[in-house]
Amino acid sequence: MSKLKVATVWLDGCSGCHMSFLDIDERLIALAELIDVVYSPIVDTKEFPDEVDIALVEGAVASVDDEKKIKKIRAHTKTLIAMGDCAITGNVPSMRNPFSPEAILNRAYIENASAQQQIPCVVVPKLLKVVRPIHEFVKVDVFLPGCPPSADTFHTALVALVTGGPLDISALTRFGA
Amino acid sequence: MSVDVDVKTLVIDEQEVSARAGQTILEVARENEIDIPTLCHLEGLSSVGACRLCLVEIKGSNKLLPACVATVQEGMEVSTNTERLRKHRLTILELLFAERNHICSVCVSNGHCDLQALGQSQGLTHVRLPYRNPGLAVDASHERFTVDHNRCILCTRCVRVCAEIEGAHVWDVMGRGINSIVITDLNESWGSSSCTRCGKCVQCCPTGALFDKSKIGSDHPKYPDFLPYLNLMREAQ
Repeated sequence: MSKLKVATVWLDGCSGCHMSFLDIDERLIALAELIDVVYSPIVDTKEFPDEVDIALVEGAVASVDDEKKIKKIRAHTKTLIAMGDCAITGNVPSMRNPFSPEAILNRAYIENASAQQQIPCVVVPKLLKVVRPIHEFVKVDVFLPGCPPSADTFHTALVALVTGGPLDISALTRFGA
Repeated sequence: MSVDVDVKTLVIDEQEVSARAGQTILEVARENEIDIPTLCHLEGLSSVGACRLCLVEIKGSNKLLPACVATVQEGMEVSTNTERLRKHRLTILELLFAERNHICSVCVSNGHCDLQALGQSQGLTHVRLPYRNPGLAVDASHERFTVDHNRCILCTRCVRVCAEIEGAHVWDVMGRGINSIVITDLNESWGSSSCTRCGKCVQCCPTGALFDKSKIGSDHPKYPDFLPYLNLMREAQ
């Protein structure tokens, strides 16, 4: 059996889900017999590959760049997994939603800045009006809630997905876990 | 001498059970270890059937009945866990999560929240509805407690415990529909209200909407178990 191509993606999140994923520790070595990590913040590939079997997406969709990325990911992925609360509910990034992006940027870069008061406008992507979960943009196949989901949750879920075994998400994790 | 007890026999989830007349379906189900999920219901307070999570099916009726207020009838056939009910319960939970700003990961009640626990037990892994993201206030004017309206689900447990048990009736609900909000007195700040500072509302609140200021992080389990005991002691007097 050829190895499954797995990608991990970091949108608007804190990287905590990736940390937790790496906390699988030595079990990663056994997993490496079954999967190849073809795209991730921790590998060097710059472009999302054309054909990915499983994509684990951390973080919410908060900017025009995130939106572009998630659509591209969906188009090239067989099984898309929303990894963690930010991807599923918006979570902490969505706490800005009751306010406008302008108000938030103003607060961070003008009101609270003691020097160089200016709102970043080059290189950084434009913020969307509200932060939204990824399933509001693309079809998501598996939801893995948690902030972050525990290493055991990742391991159990990945093994189930890779081997095609049964997977009871609610028995493993919940929002805020 | 025989004691005249009006006994009803009925069927809940294909299990034959007997009950006293006037008992609710929920009471009888729980006596027989049949689980019906509830949220606004709390033992020791009156039931209002507000959250609709305890809806059950009655054979021969198209109407779903809230088990916390519907009383048993002779020969009733109750189903508590059908596909249709599970679908409705999931939708109710989704509506609750989407209505206000429930961010479990940063909530003082994370791990001790009835809404969160129900989400898990009912298999809710995501919310299909768009989040409303309303701009809601946090009132920290009280010296001991805070109310965060972002986390309130309008179950009215605080209103009921304050009126029925404490006898102060400081809490009430203002507004209608989606604009409803719990208030203290006539929408005074909690700190300057006629609150007796007993803290019963905080212990009864199923989410992190009412919390004790001395608690930090998510270390805030609630203990509403004193209510039935308190009622029993009062009845004995």
